[in-house]
Amino acid sequence: MPVSVSEPAIRLVLEENLRVSHLKGMPMKYALVIYNCLADDGTPPPRRPEVLAPINALLARPEVTAWQRLTDTDSATTVKTVDDSTLFVDGPFIDSKEYLGGIIVVEADNLDGALAIAKELQEARASSVGAIEVRPILEEG
Amino acid sequence: MLEEVFRDEWGRVLAALVGSLGDFELAEEAAQDAFAIAAERWPREGQPENPVAWLITTARNRAIDRIRRNRAFETRAEQLARELADQPEESMDETTTFPDERLELIFTCCHPALALDAQVALTLRALGGLSTEEIARAFVVPFETMSKRLTRAKHKIRDAVIPFAVPSDELLPDRLAAVLTVVYLIFNQGWGDGRSELAAEAIRLGRALAQLMPDESEALALLALMLLNDSRRAARFRDGELVLLDDQDRSLWDLAEIDEGRELLQQAIARHDTGPYLVQAAIADLHLEESRDWSEIAALYGALAELTHSPIVEMNRAIAIAEIDGPQQALELVDQLPLSDYRYFHSTRAEFLRRLGRNAEARVAFGRALQLTASDPERSFLGGRMSELRPQSEADWDEFWTYTLDDLKETFESGE
Repeated sequence: MPVSVSEPAIRLVLEENLRVSHLKGMPMKYALVIYNCLADDGTPPPRRPEVLAPINALLARPEVTAWQRLTDTDSATTVKTVDDSTLFVDGPFIDSKEYLGGIIVVEADNLDGALAIAKELQEARASSVGAIEVRPILEEG
Repeated sequence: MLEEVFRDEWGRVLAALVGSLGDFELAEEAAQDAFAIAAERWPREGQPENPVAWLITTARNRAIDRIRRNRAFETRAEQLARELADQPEESMDETTTFPDERLELIFTCCHPALALDAQVALTLRALGGLSTEEIARAFVVPFETMSKRLTRAKHKIRDAVIPFAVPSDELLPDRLAAVLTVVYLIFNQGWGDGRSELAAEAIRLGRALAQLMPDESEALALLALMLLNDSRRAARFRDGELVLLDDQDRSLWDLAEIDEGRELLQQAIARHDTGPYLVQAAIADLHLEESRDWSEIAALYGALAELTHSPIVEMNRAIAIAEIDGPQQALELVDQLPLSDYRYFHSTRAEFLRRLGRNAEARVAFGRALQLTASDPERSFLGGRMSELRPQSEADWDEFWTYTLDDLKETFESGE
């Protein structure tokens, strides 16, 4: 069957589909995984109202598509496999001063966009401890 | 002939491909295919008028072939691709002017989301066209390690979608500083070991940067700095032994590089943008004088210390102070610095102690420096110093005022 479309156009269509890491026109999704840090005496960081306001404002932006804060690790239970048995164990998976505090999903064109939001959030937290891990979300299909 | 084209154009070809394909490995494979085809065809048919356009066009076609073979498109593209495969050989579009995207490529390679050693390796691979094996040898790392390092970095660029772009104005200063750091790291790796190919590669990268960003004074200054240092490469070693700056045979210095370096330094100064590389280049220039202006050098180190807050810079300033106010003053300055893991800290202290006649303490300090030293010429020099410990001619400031790999790594890591 003869091809009526010109050769450069064919190449253009093919090239548009070569960017396989994400579909054209749809932004990337990133998870911002929020880590907090316990104080030396084991207490979690206090919730300061002056910090909450800018953070909540950030969470209300359209590019932030989902978020959840987690309760403290005292209320965590871990399910693990030991000697072929499934066990319920009191406490978080990794017992350390650093613990998972929450997760935020953002949309951005590329990593720089996601990092910019994470940077703003980290600076708004005004905390010299804890960190935010930024990782792309694996889109299925 | 093809070798030269390869060296000069690998970066440009790869940059054009990474941009449109969004996948580093695919781009590399396609580029390698294109160069292989060129190696086979050009000797027979002659070099095309626009070799870069030919290579990019060919590589794009090869990339499309690879995609067709490896993936299932669920779009019309798949149908078209099949039809295209039935057609005779595609015509090459040699008249296209492809924009030079090497800047985008180098900013991608030096993105902060990649580890520093990955940035260095990737820059050498992508812009320098060095093989994995060559890079592994240059950094004294097993091939497997370097191979994994490069693969991880390329996958991260693809999976995390590190953008292929020159950073926006607000991000540019920090990102440019990172790129310049990587280039200077490469230079120092080569220079410290006396391996001229790596230093030459860094200078090539520096030239590309200066050409692509002629308004950035730090890019010009870095090139100036590298050229002014590199100009002395033939005189730095004699029979594998380190030769002190003041003892070097100046007839072996590369005058063309000195002239070029000084010209670039002037151009950078004319922009009235003071940055760390500009100050370092100015210091390097001053060190080339037979009779050195130590107070000017000390002042410049002071300016550099304010820009970088680096204890190593403070140390170098103390060395200049020693020439003006004597070793006692300088020793007091140096003893306050948190540099006990830095070999030049100990060798500097040792020199000051020696000049103060405190020989026993000097021997201990030289010993400490010896424990930390990495290269044979340095070992030999320090060992010689230790065993002599009698009044000498001027000490060697050659190594002291030059940033080393450790120093840059430390400066980079502590700056974040």
